[in-house]
Amino acid sequence: MGIRFILMVNKQGQTRLAQYYEWLTLEERRALEGEIVRKCLARNEQQCSFVEHRNYKIVYRRYASLFFLVGVDNDENELAILEFIHLLVETMDRHFGNVCELDIMFHLEKAHFMLEEMVMNGSVVETSKANILSPIQLMEKAS
Amino acid sequence: MGSQGGFYQSKEFLDLVKSIGEARSKAEEDRIVLNEIDTLKRRISEPDIPKRKMKEYIIRLVYIEMLGHDASFGYIHAVKMTHDDSLLVKRTGYLAVTLFLNEDHDLIILIVNTIQKDLKSDNYLVVCAALNAVCKLINEETIPAVLPQVVELLAHPKEAVRKKAVMALHRFYQKSPSSVSHLISNFRKRLSDNDPGVMGATLCPLFDLITQDVNSYKDLVISFVSILKQVAERRLSKAYDYHQMPAPFIQIKLLKILALLGSGDKQASENMYTVVGDIFRKCDSSSNIGNAVLYECICCVSSIYPNPKLLDSAADVISTFLKSDSHNLKYMGIDALGRLIKISPEIAEQHQLAVIDCLEDPDDTLKRKTFELLYKMTKSTNVDVIVDRMIDYMISINDNHYKTEIASRCVELAEQFAPSNQWFILTMNKVFEHAGDLVNIKVAHNLMRLIAEGFGEDDDNADSKLRSSAVESYLRILGEPNLPSVFLQVICWVLGEYGTADGMFSASDITGKLCDVAEAYSSDETVKAYAVTALMKIYAFEIAAGRKVDMLPECQSLMEELLASHSTDLQQRAYELQAVIGLDTHTVECIMPSDASCEDIEVDKDLSFLNGYIQEAIEKGAQPYIPESERSGVLNMGNFRNQDHHEPSHGLRFEAYELPKPAVQSRIPQAVPPSTEIVPVPEPMYPSEIYQTPTPSNPSNAGSTELKLRLDGVQKKWGRPTYTPETSTSTSTSQKTVNGAAQVEGASTVNSTRETYASRKPQVEISHEKQKLAASLFGGSSKPEKRPATGHKVSKASSHVVEKSHVPKSSKEVASEKTAPAQPPPDLLDLGEPTDTSTAPSLDPFTQLEGLLDTTQVASAANGATAASSSPDVMALYADTPIGIHNKDDTDLLSGLSNPSVTNVPGATAKPQITQSSGKGPNPKGSLEKDALVRQMGVNPSSQNPNLFKDLLG
Repeated sequence: MGIRFILMVNKQGQTRLAQYYEWLTLEERRALEGEIVRKCLARNEQQCSFVEHRNYKIVYRRYASLFFLVGVDNDENELAILEFIHLLVETMDRHFGNVCELDIMFHLEKAHFMLEEMVMNGSVVETSKANILSPIQLMEKAS
Repeated sequence: MGSQGGFYQSKEFLDLVKSIGEARSKAEEDRIVLNEIDTLKRRISEPDIPKRKMKEYIIRLVYIEMLGHDASFGYIHAVKMTHDDSLLVKRTGYLAVTLFLNEDHDLIILIVNTIQKDLKSDNYLVVCAALNAVCKLINEETIPAVLPQVVELLAHPKEAVRKKAVMALHRFYQKSPSSVSHLISNFRKRLSDNDPGVMGATLCPLFDLITQDVNSYKDLVISFVSILKQVAERRLSKAYDYHQMPAPFIQIKLLKILALLGSGDKQASENMYTVVGDIFRKCDSSSNIGNAVLYECICCVSSIYPNPKLLDSAADVISTFLKSDSHNLKYMGIDALGRLIKISPEIAEQHQLAVIDCLEDPDDTLKRKTFELLYKMTKSTNVDVIVDRMIDYMISINDNHYKTEIASRCVELAEQFAPSNQWFILTMNKVFEHAGDLVNIKVAHNLMRLIAEGFGEDDDNADSKLRSSAVESYLRILGEPNLPSVFLQVICWVLGEYGTADGMFSASDITGKLCDVAEAYSSDETVKAYAVTALMKIYAFEIAAGRKVDMLPECQSLMEELLASHSTDLQQRAYELQAVIGLDTHTVECIMPSDASCEDIEVDKDLSFLNGYIQEAIEKGAQPYIPESERSGVLNMGNFRNQDHHEPSHGLRFEAYELPKPAVQSRIPQAVPPSTEIVPVPEPMYPSEIYQTPTPSNPSNAGSTELKLRLDGVQKKWGRPTYTPETSTSTSTSQKTVNGAAQVEGASTVNSTRETYASRKPQVEISHEKQKLAASLFGGSSKPEKRPATGHKVSKASSHVVEKSHVPKSSKEVASEKTAPAQPPPDLLDLGEPTDTSTAPSLDPFTQLEGLLDTTQVASAANGATAASSSPDVMALYADTPIGIHNKDDTDLLSGLSNPSVTNVPGATAKPQITQSSGKGPNPKGSLEKDALVRQMGVNPSSQNPNLFKDLLG
């Protein structure tokens, strides 16, 4: 499976994007988000960007006011996931130009479309920014 | 910027997003969302909503669910939207549906049709959108509906479609391997796809397949190696480069696959050596992504057939990781070390101080990783230090999930490597005391058996020493409040069985304690039951020893309470106790033999001990017993009226039951009179149980006590209810434990290193403690032959410390010299086991061990202190978080967090490449433009939350 979920949460703990690769009910999601966000927000910059939670790990990275949290299985390469997060941010940055929290909020579906291109079945399938963004650009042109 | 364009947004939507963005508490956010739910419920079912408006409504629904509220009222509209002709609207519909529904939702059936149609579309983007939905929404039953089309799409001219088709097939494989078992060859085919994206995606299903069945894919080793080689040589399109690394994510996936294929396969591994070596050389160890690939190389190298050169490279990388200041790299280094240590155990030694630093780091993640490493390198020589550390940590944490894990690891290590049984019991005590409710009940049974069986040798003296020390430690522990139930059960059992065995404690001491337990934990019936049975044993042993039994007043009142207990079990036990007390010495000896918990209980199924009575009875004219199975025949013989019932014995009987009665009566009265003495009322329902009551062939007192005795026997099975079943269930584990212990015993000769170790310890300064720890952890990890070098090693380690801590050199070296010569003598003396594991039998092993435990606790005090001092901070942050959320009190919560990050936004973790690749620095102008744009659209962002506009990539 690899990646179990990808969350974007701001530093007040408000969810800005949530994508799960295994089904959880609304209540389970809410509980999980509360738990891990509290856990990750309490950590400082010097500490590892990885946190063990139950039987999996969370790899997280902070950009300005926004935390990117990725839940992964235990045998996943944490550093690679950390860089995957950065690749996602760079990709959004290329599309939005100086991407900020508000861009993601106003264009939630686009952020999801990018993720849909990058991750399928919990595995990273595309890492070329051009390939990730081209369907979105084409859709923009079409409509 | 173009981000507006076709992605139409109304002012209403912008206002909603803005208000959510500016909400300062969860309550405020909830209010906004609830309001929004109201609005949408009204609006969404209005007729003739324009597409764009509908799309916006759907995204608002996504917001509602994302923020934790139910939006199921709108699901059907999302489903409808997937039918739309417009690509953007359709894809948004699919997105919403995949976010809202799980694959078993009733609405899915309405979408399958649309998916089928879309998979045939001429527009490849429509096909891609449908394939995305396939990956999320198709379950085992609906696979056949789309499978043929998905397979067809594997050969689609567009690479994006092929890629997604591969992933859809991968999904089917995950859901139901059998449904696509005939299509596996397609994955092999796609591996040689011209498009690197398709090839890269194909690695995902292949990885899963190879994990399942390595041998079927050995032929692909050459292909994977050559692909990896091409990737590493930058033959792929530049588009896949990430921070100057060629397609690092594909490299990592390939290395994972090679690790599987090369595991334990020399031939396959030899094909990989060159390319892995190349990657080791080429990787840029200054970037995160370079290190990610290097880490994966180490994983690969430690999994495939070992190659000395590669192992050296791996060791080099590990030492750079461990020496790094970055916690992330240290973490990866520790993990990598844990992998490599299996192949080359000696590598741990050079990193001992780094490992100990990580162990004592306040960062929990790092600490746990290090414990994982220690767990992997535990030996009989260092088990005591490691398990002590683990227990200390276990006590300090609240996370039950991890507590359970670490407790079971402690138990596992202790069972496997315990240097002595005393140590084992002490360790178990600690584990039980602090995590008793989390460990498996079997562990408790194991402990009881260990105490009962002793060393597994016929050394009764040692066994009784072990027991009395256990009793002593338990009596002390009983003073602690709130002990876990499982632990109390063990304590009660041991006290009952061995509490008075060595004469150190009187029956009233022990019974008093047992009564205290029953009283203090009065809500726990299991513990009470154990306590009562233990009381019974104590009294029985007293009676058997010919001493007069004086029941303590508290014990009497306990009995009175239990005799009227609502729990039948407790009541029964109380009555049994009462009965036993009334018996004479000889009987009690028979029913409650002392220290007989390990004796096998022989169940005489033939009840041969009754033969005498039967013989006697038959001689007096009684009819012989006829087994039930044969009885119908007897009935038939005596009663011809029932002949027709002979055959259909299982059929329904429509006749009344009175008829057989006279026949039975006619038979029994003859048999009964002689047998009344043994079995007063023959109840044919439970014949075996009654006969089993073995009233040990004691005809003399068969009179008045008869009834009570029978009660005892039937219910209690000799008064050891818990032990008996357990012997049979977990014999295998016990065998292991015993073996392990015996092994250690055999290997270790009498050895006083332990003593010196303990006595020397307190005088050493803190950094010295570290070396000590290092020595005890790693000293034993090398092979015993290497032993004489330990002294040298320690001094080397200490010189490390000197460099590291900048402490005045002279004093330090004196200290290290002091230890260095101190150590060799015992080394020279004992050629057998390296360090401190033996039990020095001359001393009381228990007190000696305790002394050691204390000192190690002192040693870990530093660790504990740092953990303690840091934890309040963490807790404070924890505590603040919800407050921050609820109280609009943003600054307070973030004062600790935001400042550093605002100043060096991605600085600490992100690397210089960001600026290179994105070519943008902090861009206030861009933010201003966005702000202006939003205002232009009629939304006035208040300055409340400027963060919303902050560039993520500063």
